[in-house]
Amino acid sequence: MSEGYDLEKDKLREIGIEFDPLKRSGTFLQRDQEVSTVATFYGGVEVMSIRDAMKKYDWVQDYFWKLVNREQDEFTKEADAEDVNGYFIRAPPNVKVEIPVEACLYLHRVKKQKVHNIIIAEENSELNIITGCTSHPAAIGLHIGISEFFVKKNAKLTFTMIHSWHNKIEVRPRSGALIEENGTFISNYILMNPVKIVQMYPTAYVNRNARVIFSNVIVALDGSTVDSGSRAFLREEGAIAEIISRTISKGGKVITRGQIIGESGGVKGHLECKGLILSENGEIIAIPELIAKRPNLELSHEAAIGKIAEEEIFYLMSRGMSRDEAVSAIVRGFMEVEVKGLPEILKIAIDKAIEEMRDAL
Amino acid sequence: MLRIVNLSVEVDGKRILKNVNLYIKKGETFALFGPNGSGKSTLLNAIIGNPAYKIVGGRIIFKKTDITELPTNERVKLGIGMTFQSPPKIGGVKLIDILKHCAKLSGREEMILKLAEKLKMREHLNRSLNLGFSGGEVKRSEILQLMLMNPDFVLLDEPDSGVDLENIAIVGQAISELLERDKDDREKAGIMITHQGHILDYVSADYGVILYNGMIACLGDPKDILNQIRKNGYEGCLAKCLKDMI
Repeated sequence: MSEGYDLEKDKLREIGIEFDPLKRSGTFLQRDQEVSTVATFYGGVEVMSIRDAMKKYDWVQDYFWKLVNREQDEFTKEADAEDVNGYFIRAPPNVKVEIPVEACLYLHRVKKQKVHNIIIAEENSELNIITGCTSHPAAIGLHIGISEFFVKKNAKLTFTMIHSWHNKIEVRPRSGALIEENGTFISNYILMNPVKIVQMYPTAYVNRNARVIFSNVIVALDGSTVDSGSRAFLREEGAIAEIISRTISKGGKVITRGQIIGESGGVKGHLECKGLILSENGEIIAIPELIAKRPNLELSHEAAIGKIAEEEIFYLMSRGMSRDEAVSAIVRGFMEVEVKGLPEILKIAIDKAIEEMRDAL
Repeated sequence: MLRIVNLSVEVDGKRILKNVNLYIKKGETFALFGPNGSGKSTLLNAIIGNPAYKIVGGRIIFKKTDITELPTNERVKLGIGMTFQSPPKIGGVKLIDILKHCAKLSGREEMILKLAEKLKMREHLNRSLNLGFSGGEVKRSEILQLMLMNPDFVLLDEPDSGVDLENIAIVGQAISELLERDKDDREKAGIMITHQGHILDYVSADYGVILYNGMIACLGDPKDILNQIRKNGYEGCLAKCLKDMI
């Protein structure tokens, strides 16, 4: 095996890609526009390229541009192209698979990587996905990822996305999710590495008694701009949305948005943005929005931005920690969002990133 | 064990302690009294090295080492430990993780669960530090941390405030153990701040000290001093103290 191959494998492991049938129920790897690996290790789940899916099922076409408007902006228009690729992951009705499917998008040589993903959790199914997006250290370019999530009646979909780019990459995901009656959609997003710009605003449409949870952990390093939000339309009675973000600026600029729109009575939404600035020249802007269109609903938000409290550092030092250990423990604690189904490999990656940051403090 | 020489301390630019002198030998426990704002907490925080309390004059000598300029964790390694009156809440930092750090200082790793049981904190081990803890739970968590650190010199800032009657005996017994009050030949020493003096029903002390306006104003038998304060207030107690000296 070449050195390049090993390097790539390490890079992929960082973003949760294992290629291990014991730890994953399926795998998908796309390099630039070409799909290089597809496998399903478990009978129930379907994993294939979106091109193959369209060949296999004529109804896949009907799921395209249902939740994201193809005319939305220059990036959606760009992605609406002949050479688009991406993944199709589907859990058939009543199939519940706890072991996650992994999917990786790798930007190497192209200037523009265009991806369109369709994810379907059919009625009464359960599906877990870990998706990692990364680039070659020397790559320069733009990643446009359209993702449309369909969570049908009583289904549950957990989607964990880890980004690990480099500072010459521009990233424009465009995502929409439809959560039907009694469905659950949990979306986790983690960004720890440098990037030129990430800009996204995934939107969930939540129906009767369905629930969406968006949780974001973002670290913006020097030279990075991250403009990231989550939006939920609570369309029918009993719909619930929870949007949680933890953002750290170490020199980079973060705009953390959140919007919950209560369109029906009897819905509930909560937004929580917490930010920590660890550098003199960092910037965090929190923009939480609550829009209520009916009288009998419950929407709330809390936002707080600050630096690490000296009192907390001192307290931990009084328990024998060095100043560095104390800062590290506090930052790690800050990023500890109770995210269900976070894989061990990810916890290790988060720990490592914090360790590096601590050294730079 | 601890010698404080001419110590002056400022908080937010305001002089709180003025030329404080104190000498505490191995085996001795001091009960520290004083009205609100007299500088009791300031004295303890200056000894442990809280950077918010600025030493503007004098020295602190511990075990023959000048610790005036040492960072807090170095003082802790030398054997000083403190329970705080109102410690911070730290989200995501679990009590158990802090306990492990405390135990590492003394090699008491094996005792974490047993002591947590004793102080009724078993259920709190995997919770974020002090988040949603009751007043009494916060105090028990502080004592538990100190039991695991097992310091030679113990600083206790109002360990009895907010602790209900049911638990004060548990806290008192733990403090007695920390200070080796039941032993004849003690290695430990410490200072204990108490407002109401309830803890003195459970923990014996060798001396009582009143801190008044940032100065040591009275030194004597702790129970006598407490009775005087209860009877005549601080002013009356000080007047009597002065008279006795003449």
